[in-house]
Amino acid sequence: MERMGESPDKRPETGPDTGRADGEAPQRAPEGTGTAVAAGSSEAGTPGVSRSAEFVRGRRRMTWLVPLFVALPILAVLVSLTIGVYSISLPDVCRIVWCGITGTKFTSDAYANPQLAYNMVWTVRLPRVVASSLVGAGLGMAGAVFQGVFRNPLASPYTLGVSNGAGFGAAIAIVLGLSMGFTQGSAIAFGLASVALTFAVASRSSRSNVTLVLAGMLISSLFSSLVSLIKFVADPAEKLPQIVYWLMGSFSEVSFDKLVTILPLYVVSVVVLLCYRWRLNVLSVGDVEARSFGVNVTRDRNVAIVAASVISAVAVSVSGIIGWVGIVVPHLARMITGPDYRRLLPVSLSLGAVYLCVIDDVCRALTTAEIPIGVVTGIIGVPLFLFFIYKKKVNW
Amino acid sequence: MRLTVEDVSFGYDASRKVLQGMTFTYESPDVMCLLGSNGVGKSTLLKCIMGELTPTSGTILIDGRPVRSYSPREMAHRVAYIAQTHTPSFSYKVIDVVTMGRTSRIGYLANPSDSDVQFAYEQLEYLGIERLAERPYTDISGGERQLVMIASALAQQPEALLLDEPTAHLDFGNQFKFVRLVERLRERGMGVLMTTHFPDHALLLGCTTAILTNGGVGAQGPAGQVVTEESLRTIYDIEINIRDIERRRVCIPGSMTDPLGREDRSSGAGKFETGSTRRP
Repeated sequence: MERMGESPDKRPETGPDTGRADGEAPQRAPEGTGTAVAAGSSEAGTPGVSRSAEFVRGRRRMTWLVPLFVALPILAVLVSLTIGVYSISLPDVCRIVWCGITGTKFTSDAYANPQLAYNMVWTVRLPRVVASSLVGAGLGMAGAVFQGVFRNPLASPYTLGVSNGAGFGAAIAIVLGLSMGFTQGSAIAFGLASVALTFAVASRSSRSNVTLVLAGMLISSLFSSLVSLIKFVADPAEKLPQIVYWLMGSFSEVSFDKLVTILPLYVVSVVVLLCYRWRLNVLSVGDVEARSFGVNVTRDRNVAIVAASVISAVAVSVSGIIGWVGIVVPHLARMITGPDYRRLLPVSLSLGAVYLCVIDDVCRALTTAEIPIGVVTGIIGVPLFLFFIYKKKVNW
Repeated sequence: MRLTVEDVSFGYDASRKVLQGMTFTYESPDVMCLLGSNGVGKSTLLKCIMGELTPTSGTILIDGRPVRSYSPREMAHRVAYIAQTHTPSFSYKVIDVVTMGRTSRIGYLANPSDSDVQFAYEQLEYLGIERLAERPYTDISGGERQLVMIASALAQQPEALLLDEPTAHLDFGNQFKFVRLVERLRERGMGVLMTTHFPDHALLLGCTTAILTNGGVGAQGPAGQVVTEESLRTIYDIEINIRDIERRRVCIPGSMTDPLGREDRSSGAGKFETGSTRRP
């Protein structure tokens, strides 16, 4: 039969055909678009205005999300820059940032030494605040992706063993006394190696979705044991505290150099995932359905997993292991946007940035001695997650 | 679209064959029913056709090309497959799920446009369930979910629908409505290839019917010729009576006088055997 000829699937005519077989009243308005449809029904007779066109026009669009969720992280960053022992007001912070961007000199009568205020913002606080925002945004987004492709509310950026792999990489570099840059590189390399290993283990089975999570758990515990081994043999006076500190996560050692190294990988992965937002929707519905819809499930899921893993690995390499952000942030975001990745991904990025930025503020401002951020995210994240479950807000 | 299944066998391991020597052809926009007992491999056969499983032997061709050579996107333009059950994990709106059917019709990284959403909504209207459009897919009933999946499949604009026991989870009324829906799809020019447990439906539709047995396809032809008392008895291993009542032909399982086997226990009443335990 000729496939190219007449399409066997003619567009159905709306109107006389509706609701014939199933005996449902087709005249009832779809919920949530009451006014739009009511307005449309009066002109239902007019040619050219079909009810489906009315429906499309009446759909609620969350356009207010865009400015809000662009503004929130910027605001969080600026406010965070004011926090610290040396007090700098919010307007001055804005001026200092502006001066830095435009390259002009910051002058002010309010400070005994304006250059000190300038340096405080640009070289001490800004790298740290930007780092916590980027890491938070990355972990939030990666978590949203993992939860979708595994269809599992407990999946996180660390599900495939990135955190323990990276922890092992960092620990080994610290024990060998390598420089900061090498420690970071080693963390990224081993983080991604653990994901590769997880894939290799899981590729033996055709039910790759469940097997992947299982393989991730196995590889994760393997690296966790190796980290314990390194801790055991490490010099307890000097190296061990460094390793422990790294494993608990911290932004205190962050610098712009550290950020610049990871930025290309980070940006590419974020862009790839943002481009994949509709595909992620289809993937999150189910393997069989996605395949029938014409999606190459294995390939597209692997692209998403690799991109999200890269983000997680580079995030961990900057800050050490910070748990719970990748689980809590996507759930928070889903409460606002629903499951649709076209909105969920940008909002997860934005909320993740705000969330970790604020938590890092708490870490450095609450006490004179700094609290490890991985500890705080756990202490805040677990009750938050319990709250979601309790309130049935886990929009699943 | 022309589907050729030639001597297809499949087994999860070498010792246990789920499918053996299946041979039949299907051409859209026909309606075709596949009848067979539990465990005879109806679902497995559909999964092989969709390329989800690879047959251990035999060939499956669509328009003369092996199904494995089709990209998922090309395949989606030929057939849409709806599994028996779908357990949703996320509370997408119904309209979003139906719009997902457009995925193979839009660019690789594109988002569906307004006209895609409109087309999806028209499929809901066609099925008479447009009132569900803004409802979460997780909150609707199993029967409604089935219709939503059919709407998604229609939004995909394939040449045929591949349905795995579409009436399995429907109530008595919805089962019958579904048969009428298949008739409407036929009028619309949409091919339907479905597995079913109801020989009545095949008779009602008067469609091409193939009978699957453990040893291959028992018979293929118009329902009126293939669905007979003898053939049904072979499939289901019970006595089945086919009667014409007014203008309807119906299948009545069991003896006409002693359906529950109260008088004659020797017929094995109340004991179960399935296709995978019964040997041909």
